[in-house]
Amino acid sequence: MATIGTPTNISQGSRTKGGIGESTLRPDGILKVTGEFAYSSDMWHEDMLWGHTLRSTVAHAEIKSIDVSEALATSGVYAVLTYDDLPTEVKNYGLEIQDTPVLAHGKVRHHGEPVALVAADHPETARRAAAKIKIEYVELPVITDEASATAPDAILVHEGRDDHHIGHVPHPNIVHRQPIVRGNADEAAERADVIVKGEYTFGMQDQAFLGPESGLAVPSEDGGVELYVATQWLHSDLRQIAPVLGLPEEKIRMTLSGVGGAFGGREDLSMQIHACLLALRTGKPVKIVYNRFESFFGHVHRHPAKLYYEHGATKDGKLTHMKCRIVLDGGAYASASPAVVGNASSLSVGPYVVDDVDIEAIALYSNNPPCGAMRGFGAVQACFAYEAQMDKLAAKLGMDPVEFRRLNAMEQGSIMPTGQPVDSPAPVAELLRRVKARPLPPEQQWLSAGQEADVRALPGGLSNTTHGEGVVRGVGYAVGIKNVGFSEGFDDYSTARVRMEVVGGEPVATVHTAMAEVGQGGVTVHAQIARTELGVAQVTIQPADTQVGSAGSTSASRQTYVTGGAVKHTCENVREKVLEIGRRKFGSYHPAWATAELLLEGGKVVTDGGEVLADLVDVLEGESVDVELEWRHRPTEAFDLRTGQGNGHVQYSFAAHRAVVEVDTELGLVKVIELAVAQDVGKALNPLSVVGQIQGGTTQGLGVAVMEEIIVDPKTAKVRNPSFTDYLIPTILDTPTIPVDVLELADDHAPYGLRGIGEAPTLSSTPAVLAAIRNATGLELNRTPVRPEHLTGT
Amino acid sequence: MRVNFTVNGRQQEADDVWEGESLLYVLRERMGLPGSKNACEQGECGSCTVRLDGVPVCSCLVAAGQVEGREVVTVEGLADFARQRAEHGGCATGACGTTLDQAKRWEARPSDSQTGEGSALSPIQQAFIDAGAVQCGFCTPGLLVAADELLERNAEPSDADIREALSGNLCRCTGYEKILDAVRLAAARQEEAV
Ligand code: FES
Ligand code: FES
Repeated sequence: MATIGTPTNISQGSRTKGGIGESTLRPDGILKVTGEFAYSSDMWHEDMLWGHTLRSTVAHAEIKSIDVSEALATSGVYAVLTYDDLPTEVKNYGLEIQDTPVLAHGKVRHHGEPVALVAADHPETARRAAAKIKIEYVELPVITDEASATAPDAILVHEGRDDHHIGHVPHPNIVHRQPIVRGNADEAAERADVIVKGEYTFGMQDQAFLGPESGLAVPSEDGGVELYVATQWLHSDLRQIAPVLGLPEEKIRMTLSGVGGAFGGREDLSMQIHACLLALRTGKPVKIVYNRFESFFGHVHRHPAKLYYEHGATKDGKLTHMKCRIVLDGGAYASASPAVVGNASSLSVGPYVVDDVDIEAIALYSNNPPCGAMRGFGAVQACFAYEAQMDKLAAKLGMDPVEFRRLNAMEQGSIMPTGQPVDSPAPVAELLRRVKARPLPPEQQWLSAGQEADVRALPGGLSNTTHGEGVVRGVGYAVGIKNVGFSEGFDDYSTARVRMEVVGGEPVATVHTAMAEVGQGGVTVHAQIARTELGVAQVTIQPADTQVGSAGSTSASRQTYVTGGAVKHTCENVREKVLEIGRRKFGSYHPAWATAELLLEGGKVVTDGGEVLADLVDVLEGESVDVELEWRHRPTEAFDLRTGQGNGHVQYSFAAHRAVVEVDTELGLVKVIELAVAQDVGKALNPLSVVGQIQGGTTQGLGVAVMEEIIVDPKTAKVRNPSFTDYLIPTILDTPTIPVDVLELADDHAPYGLRGIGEAPTLSSTPAVLAAIRNATGLELNRTPVRPEHLTGT
Repeated sequence: MRVNFTVNGRQQEADDVWEGESLLYVLRERMGLPGSKNACEQGECGSCTVRLDGVPVCSCLVAAGQVEGREVVTVEGLADFARQRAEHGGCATGACGTTLDQAKRWEARPSDSQTGEGSALSPIQQAFIDAGAVQCGFCTPGLLVAADELLERNAEPSDADIREALSGNLCRCTGYEKILDAVRLAAARQEEAV
């Protein structure tokens, strides 16, 4: 019988049952296991139509003409819309730069760009009608890399740019540029005993969330529209949708419907405006559901990158300097590219102390698919490169790679390349020590004593490609640093409304926020926070919608920090109001009401000494308390555009990995045997969810190490593998055991001392696997993902 | 065309079905059973897994016409299906599928559709919740159907058996570790109960 449970080291305990620190279960768990949870693609409305998007078949072209007459004449079709049908002068949207057309006009800039929309009574009717739309394209040369983007005669991807980055970029085909200069890297290089240089390539990764982009728009009687959709940030969507529809924000009522994963891929709009346009035009509810093929065109991807690094070190293993240049390909539209550039540059050194640095990060405009947010956001690409550099330096110095990292590891008080001090725990060396100290899995696990090889445990698995001959093992380490929350001066706030009242003879708290639950478990921890702060067992989490203030985005590892912080802050305020009522009603009965520190625990008002003063039911009888408040983390500031200096980040999170791999050197097949991880989470509000997030993030990093890449044809800029047949994500057979070791070193600036956790494990997982494959094979391997041909030299 | 088949123990009739419609579409859009998920509709992710006469299949790859006169079990019917199996003698030897007779003897019961509370859960459903194997949950229905079938066949699966049985089901959120935990947990509870 197999053992139950994952080896996990994590603290437990809380004063309130079901409060923070406990592994309480998801409130949506039962609905999700019974199939009753309503995901965005499950929405249904009587008399509903199906929307479909026609997308460009070429990457870069002028549109000469669009003829929709035949599509419109198809029986069952209710509307066909193109750019000309947009209702107002605002035709573009965008997270920061409004450069993305709702429907292409004049030009298409990438393969799969939306050109026209159809609404029909059956999804297949809509699809067939869309296929009858005739578009005349005149193809243009494609820009696919830095050389073609910045060539003197390069066509501009966006002519007449007037966004605020244009003044400081060296070429209009560069979205944003962030240099960071600190100390003097050239002078410091003279002190180096060894110097290593490297050129690294990071492939285009896809979020590949399982729930396809989808939603339902329902026209309302006041001329507005209701939109039920899976997104990461309702209010950001609303801000972008309203101007294009020409409606005031109040007339667009958005409700979060069930989200099947996000990982950054739902930060940008996909079908939101399209469904609303069709619903407003037809006067009927319109549902749009992308299939997997369309999903690959429907959201932005992780920026592929070229990274050029130089590091020096003295012979006793101290880093002297670092120079790097990071070129991110942002594709046809800006999306989150400016912020990705800020992250890539400011985190390009990694969790190491280097006083003298010369850094530059840029993002290109090209005709490749648009890239934007994905888990790890700019830090992932850098981590892949700097960790390879650390191994190279250690090898050149004849040092142990973990020992070399430890010698240079940052700690609390270290200074970032941006000049910002790290003012909370930074246990980099300790995390590495922990993954290293873990016993290694036994060698040749495919052999169980005296028995035949179990091919399932070998690289290639059931394909029966080897019986162990030619299989070598390698071990590799990596560690990374990720910022938490939105940086560079962004007003990163959240809002929570909390009500407390007596329902059915019990005190009940209701929490309402606009936080997008995308699977991460925010709804679980909000209930835990309310129980902890208000001492009640019963907490109801209201569905997220735009009837309450913004919660900000479910991204950047920020929601437990920021919306969790808002729930905590609002609950504290509610508690004060409840105590005021108590004092008014019962204050005369006991002096402690006026003198003692009072808490709410177990449905009662108690003194900090544990004396019970009243039941909450009695205090709240005939009254209710309702508070809505905004909450902000401490402010950050923009990076200087020339020097990169500035207190740009609010918090950092750290994770370390040790990968153990086995490689069949004959066929170039890799099996990851174990991927151990140690991470500091500050405070584990829900240990079970914390471990789940760390394992999930680790697996996405494993994916990009050995299989995941969107392949774009360099000649045509067309996507070649938009399907789950050709874009591979790890299956349960590709994923090893992932033992998790959790540290809880409180960050005094954060609610409960917590640290955002979702992204850090994605960073170091990839370079750890690469390091292990290098260790096994002796090959240099400077690109990801590693494919069989890279291992066999074919 | 018209298709007659049994879903979760109930006789169903679907009218005006297009020739190209999949079983998945008919379940989701015509029967009001959206539990089976539409993540790829090309047989790659397993989110749409249902049992067709006891055999796990990707319902996105089954043409609706193919199910004429047959038995389908979806995640919505999993709890009752498991209960009936327990009541009518599960499979202790590890080598029996679901007979048509067994499948016919039960039907789905409704539960509170707001919170799901009051739903009786099958052991594998409960284990997924308890082990933290559900995050976004989009992969969950397909995994549950596949895992339930595994445990019916093999009451004490090894880790390699579990991985093999679930290798057709993608999950993007969990890293699979907690899914393995859940299947081990359900198997262990099943063993305890015997
Ligand atoms: S939806 Fe059927 S296998 Fe993916
Ligand atoms: S829980 Fe999200 S795909 Fe599995």
